[in-house]
Amino acid sequence: MKLIDLTKILRSKNAGPLYITFDLIFEDMEKMNYVLQNLKIEDVAKAYDTDVKNITVIPYEIVKSIKITFPRKHVSGCVLDDDVYGCQQHMPLANIEI
Amino acid sequence: MKIVSLCGLLGYGYSEEALNIAFSEKVDYVGVDAGSTDPGPYYLGSGKSFTDRGAVKRDLSLALPKALEQKAPFIIGTAGGAGAKPHTDWLVEIIKEIAKEKCLSFKMGVIYSDVTKEYVLNKYRDGKIVDMCSEFPLTEQMIEDSERIVSQIGVKPIIELLKKKVDVIISGRACDTAIYAAPCIYEGYKEGLAFHMAKIMECGAMCSEPVAAVDVMQSYMYDDYFELRPANPIRRCTVDRVAAHTLYEQTNPYLIYEPDGVINLKDCTFKQIDDRTVRISGATFTEAEEKTLKLEGVKRVGYRTVCVGGIFDPLTIEKFDYIEKTVKDFITTATTCKPDEYTVNFRRYGGPESSLCVVIDAVGKTQEIADTICSLARSRMLHCDYVGRKSSAGNVAFPFSPSDIHVGEVYEFSVFHLAKVDSLDETVKVELMEVK
Repeated sequence: MKLIDLTKILRSKNAGPLYITFDLIFEDMEKMNYVLQNLKIEDVAKAYDTDVKNITVIPYEIVKSIKITFPRKHVSGCVLDDDVYGCQQHMPLANIEI
Repeated sequence: MKIVSLCGLLGYGYSEEALNIAFSEKVDYVGVDAGSTDPGPYYLGSGKSFTDRGAVKRDLSLALPKALEQKAPFIIGTAGGAGAKPHTDWLVEIIKEIAKEKCLSFKMGVIYSDVTKEYVLNKYRDGKIVDMCSEFPLTEQMIEDSERIVSQIGVKPIIELLKKKVDVIISGRACDTAIYAAPCIYEGYKEGLAFHMAKIMECGAMCSEPVAAVDVMQSYMYDDYFELRPANPIRRCTVDRVAAHTLYEQTNPYLIYEPDGVINLKDCTFKQIDDRTVRISGATFTEAEEKTLKLEGVKRVGYRTVCVGGIFDPLTIEKFDYIEKTVKDFITTATTCKPDEYTVNFRRYGGPESSLCVVIDAVGKTQEIADTICSLARSRMLHCDYVGRKSSAGNVAFPFSPSDIHVGEVYEFSVFHLAKVDSLDETVKVELMEVK
């Protein structure tokens, strides 16, 4: 199953111009815990061409969600960046097979 | 105590009816965030706002007379989108224009927070710069190259102006939370609650449903909690919405770092009070032992010309890697521009299953160089031959004539770092004025 099929909300956005952050919000704790246990950080690193050590994963139980954050590949708005707000960067994560 | 947030960004609009509802009861403070780094580095560099003058004037014109009538201080943070001096002066002009048109008179405080390169260089040489991200370490060159640098103020300069009983505060680059946290701290409310409330309120009605940054939000402060209720009756705050908002644009949902200290949200609770109101408590604040200011600076890296085109033929889309390489190779042989004087990128949106939008993005040391490179790339891309080509009259649909568009100066972030400071207002300059 793809990650996006397990989530209610799956979004990306700048957390300042240096970081990109992803919010995964779930219908229930069961799905959230399933993703926490089965999502491989290596797959995330591979999907975004970044290093595993750069990635932080923080569960936020109050809204049944997981936050994933890592440095942007290109700083927001630099000549090679193609998404200044970072709000369309979620598809590689969405398509990861769980 | 009641605080009103006009909307998530000054100039993005809000419902006039919602504003009237918000002011149908006693309002103590009104705030609005007027800027962000989200739109990228251009605006700080160029001194222009990403918000529209007419829209900003509309949002202010409706709210300012109401705030003055109720004697509710009106606090605006990050004036003009990026909060440097030209942006702040731009907003001051708009306010003065409104005052003249509506015959308003009031006391206004303006906070500038620009810093010089020398200030940052001295901090750097004294070892007082902290990187926000290990991938983006500061160098002396990055400071030297900067066109303009601002510091993000915290609550202190705003509190100082509130003590002076000003009616309107226009701040340059300010931490988003400072706008709403400052009046609460000034009035003696707990700092943890003040900052948590401010963190949610700075986005307007973004924490309500139906979700909209473009509407009025209201906060009611109490000793041990605060309550949020959108002014517009079509919206409601729910526990899920409000709690989820804590995630938004943050690297960590439990700890929020501010110039003054850290807000800890681990013991936070959210309670639905009625259909449209949520009560929030439990945030705590720990003052930073070492105070830091966030610095934001940009450098100019060139001038941009772009050309937008569409490709519908799957044969062409399939061969686009080849076309791109052929065009790039051709440019090096067809121009007197040196390779270090320009970059050309083919930004692809869509494809290969659907049609492909291609944006030729030429950045040159001068506008003329960018024009030349974009023009060569466009003409060569249009007629580039490839194996198996059937659409031999042209590869790309151009939506516009002229096809090539001047975007102008290109900036990049050069400074996005913390500076350790002795005092949180050491970069601040304040001007007081009577507006008539």
